[in-house]
Amino acid sequence: MEKRTGTERVKRGMAEMQKGGVIMDVINAEQAKIAEEAGAVAVMALERVPSDIRAAGGVARMADPTIVEEVRDAVSIPVMAKARIGHIVEARLLEALGVDYIDESEVLTPADEVFHLNKSDYTVPFVCGAKDLGEATRRIGEGASMLRTKGEPGTGNIVEAVRHQRLIQAQVRKVISMSDDELMTEAKNLGAPFHVLQDIRETGRLPVVNFAAGGIATPADAALMMHLGSDGVFVGSGIFKSDNPEKFGRAIVEATTHYDDFSLIAELSKDLGVAMKGIEISTLEAKDRMQDRGW
Amino acid sequence: MINIGVLALQGAVREHVRALEAPDVNVVVVKKALQLEEIDGLVFPGGESTTMRRLINLYGFYEPLKQFAREGKPVFGTCAGAILMAKEIAGQPEPHLSVMDMTVERNAFGRQRESFEAYLPMKHVGEDIEAVFIRAPIIQSVGPEVEVLAEYDGQIVAAQEGPFVACSFHPELTEDDRFHQYFVQVVRDSIKVGVTAE
Repeated sequence: MEKRTGTERVKRGMAEMQKGGVIMDVINAEQAKIAEEAGAVAVMALERVPSDIRAAGGVARMADPTIVEEVRDAVSIPVMAKARIGHIVEARLLEALGVDYIDESEVLTPADEVFHLNKSDYTVPFVCGAKDLGEATRRIGEGASMLRTKGEPGTGNIVEAVRHQRLIQAQVRKVISMSDDELMTEAKNLGAPFHVLQDIRETGRLPVVNFAAGGIATPADAALMMHLGSDGVFVGSGIFKSDNPEKFGRAIVEATTHYDDFSLIAELSKDLGVAMKGIEISTLEAKDRMQDRGW
Repeated sequence: MINIGVLALQGAVREHVRALEAPDVNVVVVKKALQLEEIDGLVFPGGESTTMRRLINLYGFYEPLKQFAREGKPVFGTCAGAILMAKEIAGQPEPHLSVMDMTVERNAFGRQRESFEAYLPMKHVGEDIEAVFIRAPIIQSVGPEVEVLAEYDGQIVAAQEGPFVACSFHPELTEDDRFHQYFVQVVRDSIKVGVTAE
């Protein structure tokens, strides 16, 4: 009975178990417990939520390990944490701390502008952001076990997540309908690993779970992303920047499960208080667009 | 036709639907408690047990699920599903649905980096079952009416009590459908017994 850890199936399978759920950003044990109580399937342990990272400016790095440990010990649901793009040591460190998933994230300042992590090397699974199918399949090629849209984090504006999810879904549909002789050209055009496209065409879907992230601020936003074919949602700044995080968190979880029950979502959306303020994307300068980090 | 439901509050639903497929099986994705009336057997999928339990309460599934089990209708729980079924959960004051006489320990093998896969022999099912353990629980102990189906490293990882089947791994993540088809047979047999009893 040979035991194999860190296999593709074990790493991808972990994300399969999160489907239909909400993963919430938290910055301490207290928030982690509120998230768990609200029905989150996992928490993302951070030093600052994306909207605060945006406001603070400067270099955003991996969270202080004390925060990661505090959150890890406070809840029984899985704990994720973010490492900078290409930061091998931050990733190894988070793996050593026993986090259940690492987000190689554009929300933090990239450590490497050329190379992403070779995620196949690790026992711990990774989630990565993507704007289109090329980016998504490159990350899968490097060993990512889960995807999420990049959206535009910390803006409370859903428009970029919608753009990314719609584009990825459309590109998947296109690949599925292609003939053998068209596939290599598509791989070239997308900058996609050929074997990942072959896999998509054979199975009719992405080989890993694909969540929505970046700008989800209301229960209706979460339901919209599910409607567009997301497997689940990440909510960053939205919950703990709202007036009543407990109620807000629960409402987002319910809206994600029952994304097609519109009268329920209408009920859930009542009296939630003020949602986070939000930023119009066109007012962001190029240097402030997190989604353009990574390639 | 027999109707088998997969509880679809959260988790790996699609994988179970695929693994249950058989010519005489109609698989029902169960999102509302009323649907329990249409089905002959039910699968609790893998996912996050804390989350699923919260949703069970929220959507009025708690009493209907207990009633489903009280009627002796077959239930199959994998990983989080097994935790929902257990009569006792180590270190937790209250169980969830308490339908099967066993004590489970959550995350017993450790965190995600300790998650693993291995081949196991399983009683009534096969000698080389592919088992994927993800932040998996173990079944610490079972009551007198419970049959142990499989062990890994001296720990119970699959068991059955009449119509109730539970395992701590994820047969739904493999292409090997033998365990699911074993459960489908449990459902078929329960219907036959029901007919004779009438």
